[in-house]
Amino acid sequence: MLKMRLIPCLDVKDGRVVKGVNFVDLRDAGDPVECARAYDAAGADELCFLDITATHENRGTMFDVVKRTAEQCFMPLTVGGGVRKLDDIRNLLLAGADKVSINSAAVSDRQFVKQAATKFGSQCIVVAIDAKETSPGKFEIFTHGGRKETGIDAVDFAREVASLGAGEILLTSMDRDGTGKGFNIPLTRAIADAVSIPVIASGGVGTLDHLVEGIRDGHATAVLAASIFHFGTFKIGEAKAYMQAQGIPMRSVVA
Amino acid sequence: MMKTVIIDYGSGNLHSAHKAFERAAHEAGIKAKIIVSNKPDDVEKADRIVLPGVGAFKDCRNGLMAVEGLREALQTQVIVHGKPFLGICVGMQLMATRGVEHEVTPGLGWIAGDVVAVRPADPSLKIPHMGWNTIHPHGQHALLDGILTGDDGLHAYFVHSYHMQPTLQEDVIATTDYAGDVTAMVGYDNIVGTQFHPEKSQALGLALIANFLRWRP
Repeated sequence: MLKMRLIPCLDVKDGRVVKGVNFVDLRDAGDPVECARAYDAAGADELCFLDITATHENRGTMFDVVKRTAEQCFMPLTVGGGVRKLDDIRNLLLAGADKVSINSAAVSDRQFVKQAATKFGSQCIVVAIDAKETSPGKFEIFTHGGRKETGIDAVDFAREVASLGAGEILLTSMDRDGTGKGFNIPLTRAIADAVSIPVIASGGVGTLDHLVEGIRDGHATAVLAASIFHFGTFKIGEAKAYMQAQGIPMRSVVA
Repeated sequence: MMKTVIIDYGSGNLHSAHKAFERAAHEAGIKAKIIVSNKPDDVEKADRIVLPGVGAFKDCRNGLMAVEGLREALQTQVIVHGKPFLGICVGMQLMATRGVEHEVTPGLGWIAGDVVAVRPADPSLKIPHMGWNTIHPHGQHALLDGILTGDDGLHAYFVHSYHMQPTLQEDVIATTDYAGDVTAMVGYDNIVGTQFHPEKSQALGLALIANFLRWRP
């Protein structure tokens, strides 16, 4: 039976993890590779790096981070942030990313999704959608970290990128991100039910029940969280065991 | 020292596959040299051959055929000389008679059968079949030695929308369940293929790779 996925996400800026990662026994909690190894050992199902590098010049450091991580973690790695050109995707894949997530570039140019999927295969193209509920049952895409509204209907957009060859959607509830109040379930369900490709729910996780809700009620097949793991509120194994106990099929953590 | 070649024909990055093979060999105490190459000469000199592959069937096939002499070297070393061969994901699918993704494309023809779309009986299930799933062997196979399989077994990482349907049931080594049987492993004699990615499958993957490096079919 296919298991649902739990994906910790690390924000990486200029080659360093931005938010604290509260693991014991980490020599350097700011080193993304070290954090990746810890998550790997803890039983994470995939890893996600979000590159929020401040300057273009520092982008190269991300390739090194990805390369060193891929050498040590034999699990799927998704990298996103600032991906605008086919060359950006190529460079990340060559560095060792398994999937690359495209955000703003997909909004400004839908054909970019098609070109990317044709060139590299749908299996490695994730489209990251940041959406807010603008009125009850109405969901709109926002870009630039949620500051810029686009007027684009999120459900229509999700259907479109899926038909253009996206292999997966990483859906962030922008109105919940950082609040700890849980995913926007109506949004998550609207998108997950509209497309035939897998949807990763993201944004707003504060409790383990939120993870369960994203899958059980939001119909996502994967859940992504950052803060609850970084700050040590919960451990990966604990989260997976809880989800399993609530009836979500999860891969048990292998020692 | 035993030499294993991972064939690089432009289908994705093989850095992590390379490292996974090195790690598996190291952990299992197997002395093995792992190289990544597209040279027919390296295929001829290798003791074991690995064919990876991601993306579309046709693109992978074209990539393979584009390397002068590579297909011939594979045919000779794997089919004539019987060297242990492992195909991974699309590298496994390429062993089929043909792929019917978008259009009909001939494969290597080592395993009679077609590569067809995964169609789960439950239409609400997502395609690609993406994530961790258990595998169910149809019999014994050396590559699964010592690996806990079945519903309570270890998990393998899959990401694919197509799978191989061999004409002969005996060519199916293992399946996985996705509202119906999905082919997870195929092979006979010295050839084997995994639809899942052993290089991304943590414990199960490293154990399977070590088994491949020890395999004497």
